[in-house]
Amino acid sequence: MTREEIIDRVNGFLVEEFEVDADAIKPEANLKETLKLDSLDYVDLVVEIESNFGFKVKPEDFQTIHTFQDFYEYIIAKVKGPVETK
Amino acid sequence: MNRVVITGIGIYSCIGRNLEEVRNSLYEGKSGIGLDPVRKEWGFRSALTGVVNKPDLKELLTRRQRVGLSEQGEYAYMATLEALKVAGLDEDFLAKEEVGIIYGNDSSAKPSIEAFEQLRIKKDTTLIGSGSIFQSMNSTVTMNLSTIFKLKGINFTVSAACASGSHAIGLGYMMIKSGMQELIICGGAQEINYHSMGSFDGLSTFSVREQEPERASRPFDKNRDGLIPSGGGATVIIESYESAVRRGANILGEIIGYGFSSNGDHISAPNVAGPTKSLEMALRQAGIRANDVQYINAHATSTIAGDLSEGKAIFNVFGDSRPLISSTKSMTGHEMWMAGASEIVYSMLMMENGFVAPNINLENPEEELLGLNFAYNVVEKDINVFLSNSFGFGGTNSSLIVRKV
Repeated sequence: MTREEIIDRVNGFLVEEFEVDADAIKPEANLKETLKLDSLDYVDLVVEIESNFGFKVKPEDFQTIHTFQDFYEYIIAKVKGPVETK
Repeated sequence: MNRVVITGIGIYSCIGRNLEEVRNSLYEGKSGIGLDPVRKEWGFRSALTGVVNKPDLKELLTRRQRVGLSEQGEYAYMATLEALKVAGLDEDFLAKEEVGIIYGNDSSAKPSIEAFEQLRIKKDTTLIGSGSIFQSMNSTVTMNLSTIFKLKGINFTVSAACASGSHAIGLGYMMIKSGMQELIICGGAQEINYHSMGSFDGLSTFSVREQEPERASRPFDKNRDGLIPSGGGATVIIESYESAVRRGANILGEIIGYGFSSNGDHISAPNVAGPTKSLEMALRQAGIRANDVQYINAHATSTIAGDLSEGKAIFNVFGDSRPLISSTKSMTGHEMWMAGASEIVYSMLMMENGFVAPNINLENPEEELLGLNFAYNVVEKDINVFLSNSFGFGGTNSSLIVRKV
């Protein structure tokens, strides 16, 4: 998967499962505020990441994720196999 | 003691998704029974079931509100939306006033089974997701609806097998009568998925008349061969007479009697003494005589033993006055935890529209019950007082009496 493919997939499940407006997703925007996440939503975020990328997020990892860009970078770094860049 | 009136009703069932559809089905004697073929793949004796379409809630509720809502919770939500509208209760009222909820529900099997299946595969509890716990508890309906509608009064679930919905209304009635609450959303909900029905199917209690689903539920008929599981959601909004008058609400009826009893006998086999006691208590509570009741919505589920013993109990108490009797389960199948509430809604629709719905498929009544006045076809009749029976496993019995105001 390329970076772009990973980002597209993340945005895809956020729009589909968390019902966020696609236009509201901007790399510098705050993830928690934009998605209006509460403590229960983080559980479902873990489920979606596992379902889409096959790895389990540790709850404490979310503490360093603030923006969508942080979220993308975290997942890109975790995805197994070499990440191609264009 | 306060008078307790009904100001809102709502329904989502296999014979209609709203009051208008259901009223028409009741009048026309339309069956909501069909087949769920997957049940045969899973080794069920019977694929017969009430057919209830899943509501689309995406436009009505947020993701967080939907995630914890079980299947029967969705049905209950639809019924409650309609009942609130009928009662003239808006978000503003619910936010400011003390409104309670007491709903009947006695299982939520599917989410528990799916959670375990996920755990078996993933070996990680977090991956079950956040909604499962709120879907799988027996109180799933009340915990979700109280949150969605921001209710601030009494809030609990009644689990009393197939009398759950009736007891929920009965307990709400007692709370309002005593002055502890002014307005309560009561009702009953029932999941319909095959996950929840296997163990019941295993008791050989379900009809296997699969070649003609619409003729399979035939309460009181000699050729009945069992019940058909069904489900949905039914809401009955009750409040003190003073509250209804103060709000200028349209009063649809008044609950005047709640009788109950426990058979103290077999866990699943019915008897005659228990229901007789419940009927007599309801009449006593209502302060009326047997011949004041013009219609009885029977519990009769189309099982061999149950219909006969209920018929005998009705004969014991109403043998001389001979009110019209029908079991709407002939059309809906057995809505179990929901039935006690849905059958109040069905009977309210009959009272409002001046008819008694037919006991469809009743061609040859049991000889011992020939003295009862069955509604074989729809009967045009003004009803002023009706009684609704609900009985359940463990010998729990409930009878409610409602009159026109």
